[in-house]
Amino acid sequence: MNETVLFAVLSLSAIGVASAVILYFVAQKFKVIEDPRIDVVNEILPGANCGGCGLAGCRAFAEELVKTGDLSKLNCPVGGSDTMKQIASVLGLEAEEKEPMIAVVRCNGSRINAPQKVIFDGASSCAFAHALSAGESGCPNGCLGLGDCVVSCKFDAIYISPETGLPVVSDEKCVACGACVTACPRKIIELRKKGKKDRRIFVSCVNTEKGGPAKKNCSVACIGCGKCVKECPYEAITLQNNLAYIDYEKCKLCRKCAPVCPTGAILEINFPLRKEKPGEPGAEKVAEPVTAG
Amino acid sequence: MKTFKLGGVHPEENKISAGEAIEVLPLPAKVCIPVSQSLGAPSKVVVEKGAIVKTGQVIAKGESFISSNVHSSVSGKVTKIDEVIDTSGYKRQAVYIDVEGDEWEEGIDRSPEIIHDIVPDRDAIIRKINEMGVVGLGGATFPSHVKLMVPDGKKAEYLLINGVECEPYLTSDHRLMLERGEEMVIGVKILMKALGVSKAFIGIEKNKQDAIVHLSVICSKHPGIEVVPLKVKYPQGGEKQLIKAVVNREVPSGKLPIEVGCVVNNVGTALAVYEAVQKNKPLIDRVVTVTGKSVAKPSNLLVRIGAPVSALVDFAGGLPEDAGKVISGGPMMGKALTSLDVPVVKGTSGILIMQGAESKRAAALNCIRCGRCITACPMGLEPVLLAQLSENQLFERAEKDRIMDCIECGSCHYTCPAGRPLLDYLRLGKNKTGILIRNRGKK
Repeated sequence: MNETVLFAVLSLSAIGVASAVILYFVAQKFKVIEDPRIDVVNEILPGANCGGCGLAGCRAFAEELVKTGDLSKLNCPVGGSDTMKQIASVLGLEAEEKEPMIAVVRCNGSRINAPQKVIFDGASSCAFAHALSAGESGCPNGCLGLGDCVVSCKFDAIYISPETGLPVVSDEKCVACGACVTACPRKIIELRKKGKKDRRIFVSCVNTEKGGPAKKNCSVACIGCGKCVKECPYEAITLQNNLAYIDYEKCKLCRKCAPVCPTGAILEINFPLRKEKPGEPGAEKVAEPVTAG
Repeated sequence: MKTFKLGGVHPEENKISAGEAIEVLPLPAKVCIPVSQSLGAPSKVVVEKGAIVKTGQVIAKGESFISSNVHSSVSGKVTKIDEVIDTSGYKRQAVYIDVEGDEWEEGIDRSPEIIHDIVPDRDAIIRKINEMGVVGLGGATFPSHVKLMVPDGKKAEYLLINGVECEPYLTSDHRLMLERGEEMVIGVKILMKALGVSKAFIGIEKNKQDAIVHLSVICSKHPGIEVVPLKVKYPQGGEKQLIKAVVNREVPSGKLPIEVGCVVNNVGTALAVYEAVQKNKPLIDRVVTVTGKSVAKPSNLLVRIGAPVSALVDFAGGLPEDAGKVISGGPMMGKALTSLDVPVVKGTSGILIMQGAESKRAAALNCIRCGRCITACPMGLEPVLLAQLSENQLFERAEKDRIMDCIECGSCHYTCPAGRPLLDYLRLGKNKTGILIRNRGKK
């Protein structure tokens, strides 16, 4: 009886030792040397794997950072400058100050501004609706309101407002990863500077039709009249394909463009009310008389 | 009775207008002719604003290989060259013409006399078809002359003429076979000459018994043309399904019918070919069915291209009160219109006015994995999986699972007991996968 036990113990130990030796050499042979800093950087990153940096996920971002050792081209929009500073200190580099961005919905074609002309009852997908039709209001560029952007957002920062039927981006939650920008088949959403005190001015329209047809479908469409272009003292506004665009790098938030817009297509966000014309919300804005010169 | 084997459904036929003779729609006051009326590159406008055009004059020229000429369908003055909202609600370039009289271009034979002798040779026929802007009138509007140019190394054995009209409600091809059968058969002979084939089959579904008898009598005088009665099954009018049903050959995935020695043309196309070659008449009108359960006067109308849909609807007794959707085409594959100002184009086979309740889609429920869509798919695909891949934007995988073979017949969607929008997602998937493949080719 004792012999059996002894034999079993000895033979198992022998197998164990032999396996250990084999495993040791195999481990030496197939060792993957990895920069330990990748793990450290990966720990600092938010771990959302949103792809906002343009890479496959946080791990890929960390690998790329450590490999190139260059912070100027890579940025984690989710973590923001705090995270980037932390990473910079780990890697012994200097972090560039990046201004925070936010997703901006450039369409104000709400149910009132752009009334529904037909009913779409196909699959609830903007991509499909876009491929099939011009949409319920008839605007070929406007928001379809079926929420592909909402589905794409990993941070729960965007929702379709039940009143207007348009997407609303939460200032607090949006990390400017750009997922919604790619998801929108009509390229309505743009990443813009968040601005001081979250103040932003932008043309809330992407319609490239001429004035008449554009206005037919939506009362707040940009008609490409060019008044804002003339008004802007900083040459921040350009007109292309009957559509004005405000360059957020050049815009100084002077607010001169918004009042001259005859359709109220230029929106001002988070600004205090104007003194001379109090109590007028953006969407309902009427044209102010333009003085020549 | 012959038919295709794989899948298929049998929706209610509703061929309400089958007994109505073709009537000529009065000339509209204005027409609007989109310049891109065929598959392939848009044609280039060759008239200017203010120009006086005659009926049958070329107003847009097809300049690339796969494109087609567009002719003025009326005589009058070009008021503007602008955009028009097409069936999709998007804008396309179009020529607007105010109708003045009806003066035809010289050289067009408008006499009812039937010309039997086919004088021009193969090349002349193809040139003529190209010049006269003939495109596939079954709905896909593929330029007909391209189909007739058999690529090197391939040989056409059979010409198949599609008189199936498997879409419910539509009867334009049916009426055409009954009333213009003689001319159509000459058109078939012209096509046979152009292709150099000695055998042609005209496939007709059994629900058009009168057309089968009528054409059989005519064809008995023309050796080499045979009428093939087919069992009623949707989508037998699909090119690949028709080939399978008639000559029992299977077109390989991603290939054209010529791969198995077949060329398929619609009966309407055959008639247009006859008119183009024998009568020198460009494709400027077509038969359109205007129908629906509550339409006062369901009709088959000979309509000039560019007439507004509203004119057709008015002729058929106006828009019924319970109208839910106005569809260009049939109920299975047609597209709902966003406006009645949309012009009739070469590909418009019917205007279907569906009742409100009939047109409503059921709310989409969860998939119960019954597999009915797989049974129904005439292409042997798995619509449920492809729709899921498309919904999740996995287009590479969808491509591997042969999404591009989908013919968008809608049989899957039709059979789905959960009312899932399968066809919607398949269309989206095909669209996106197509872009993916094209971009890959560029790199």
